[in-house]
Amino acid sequence: MGVYNQNLVFNIIEEYVDLTAYRLRGGYVALKNALEQQPEHSIKELKASGLRGRGGAAFPTASKIEMVRKNEETDRYIICNADEGEPGTFKDRFIMTHVPFQVIEGITIAAYLAGAEHGYIYVRHEYPEVQEILRESIKKAEDAGLLGENILGSGFRLKLEIFSGAGSYLCGEETALLSSIEGRKGRPRVKPPYPTQSGLWNKPTLINNVETLANIPKIIEKGAEWYRSIGTVDSTGTKLISLSGDVVNRGLIEVPFGITFVDDTRSILPNVHNRVKFFLHESCGKCTPCREGLRQANVILNKLLSGAAVEGDMALLERYTRAIQEASFCGLGQAAGNSLKSSLEYFHEEYLAACKQESHGEEETA
Amino acid sequence: MGTAEIKFIIKQLGEKKAPLLQVLLAIQDATPGKYLSEEAVNEIARILEVSRCRVYSTASFYSEISLKPRGLHLIRVCTNSPCENAGKEEIHNAIEQELGITIGQTTPDGIFTLESVNCLGACFMSPAIKVDDTLYGNLTPESVVSVLNSFRKEQSYGCI
Repeated sequence: MGVYNQNLVFNIIEEYVDLTAYRLRGGYVALKNALEQQPEHSIKELKASGLRGRGGAAFPTASKIEMVRKNEETDRYIICNADEGEPGTFKDRFIMTHVPFQVIEGITIAAYLAGAEHGYIYVRHEYPEVQEILRESIKKAEDAGLLGENILGSGFRLKLEIFSGAGSYLCGEETALLSSIEGRKGRPRVKPPYPTQSGLWNKPTLINNVETLANIPKIIEKGAEWYRSIGTVDSTGTKLISLSGDVVNRGLIEVPFGITFVDDTRSILPNVHNRVKFFLHESCGKCTPCREGLRQANVILNKLLSGAAVEGDMALLERYTRAIQEASFCGLGQAAGNSLKSSLEYFHEEYLAACKQESHGEEETA
Repeated sequence: MGTAEIKFIIKQLGEKKAPLLQVLLAIQDATPGKYLSEEAVNEIARILEVSRCRVYSTASFYSEISLKPRGLHLIRVCTNSPCENAGKEEIHNAIEQELGITIGQTTPDGIFTLESVNCLGACFMSPAIKVDDTLYGNLTPESVVSVLNSFRKEQSYGCI
């Protein structure tokens, strides 16, 4: 059990922070402040804070909000991307179960700044308990006048709903997520147009990750200067890190940006194989490099692990990896090649050893 | 699941504007065997005024939606690296041995269906499995069998 630290954004220490407790520690001060000002004022503050998207692309959050705000179409959407599914990651789960009101307040502020009156939290189906907590929390926020019609008497309204995913990792990709809400297969779309221009039902849509949105209330409450004092010049604020595997304390930690971790892995091949199988299962099948490249990579890894591989297979695997990384349609496909590429680079010897067993084994015993 | 029930669920979710994926999940949840039957697919297509092809296309894409009946309890084994490194294989084997089924199968008594799942976000308690909506973590081949037994007991009490 930790101690409340003024220089952290989340301070995830208790099991569940209810609305009363959240307000006692400064919750919803930010929303009140934001609603009393023109949106531009808070957008400026967010810009000054240097907040970047925590979903992977690290795009400046304020710029994204501005793009939606400046669109001529006034029917706009906000989506909180809670389709967490990256193996080994559970930070969004913890944020939503421990400080759900921080997420909801963040969404409400972002919606006000972007001028969106309808929002969804897209939560994966594998997190039913998270969906339950969020549903209850939305209800409580509505009852307290912090969500729904005429929020805090400002005239601003936001209808926020939970949208359940159905077991597709790819739906974490923002355009695939849009297709999913629209009732289609979760397959990615061509960008541009970006969701900020043409998103849900072709309307301007602000999509941000859970962690990103939950940072917003603290920045508005405590100011950009405070936020910039945490982390590094280029990466401000804190980052939540999911710790699992061979470590003493498994769980979630919050650290300022700029702290380095050393990842000491075990035998690399079974882990790479596991990642490849994961991506092969999650590939939507739309483009050939991802769909077929991963299938072939899986075949070669099976050979490597069963001792049936020859050295030529490694060159083949390198070629497939390049194809997957460079020619895949969306970020998921490109990312699917990452563990292959880095392992081929840094654990070359281990791959070679797996090949040699078959090709030279006979000679050695002869 | 009859037409009236399907109609009712769709009405709750916004009639013709009801989001297809949420309709599929809600009807699957309300169907004994937790799946979507051919009749249900046809009925959903008719009410939402979309093609059956569209409903099948969406339903078949998502791992959490099943087009064939499942057992009373759904066991999902996490297959990703953190669980694998923590002994997932032993857990998985223990379940298969105890129930006599493999991934994708249902026990003859209809109590359990075994499925695999991608990362449950429970890596802080790996190896982990989920039975219905409940997570079980830090499992051993012995403790996973007692988890299964607790569901069996619940089942036999239910019959009395």
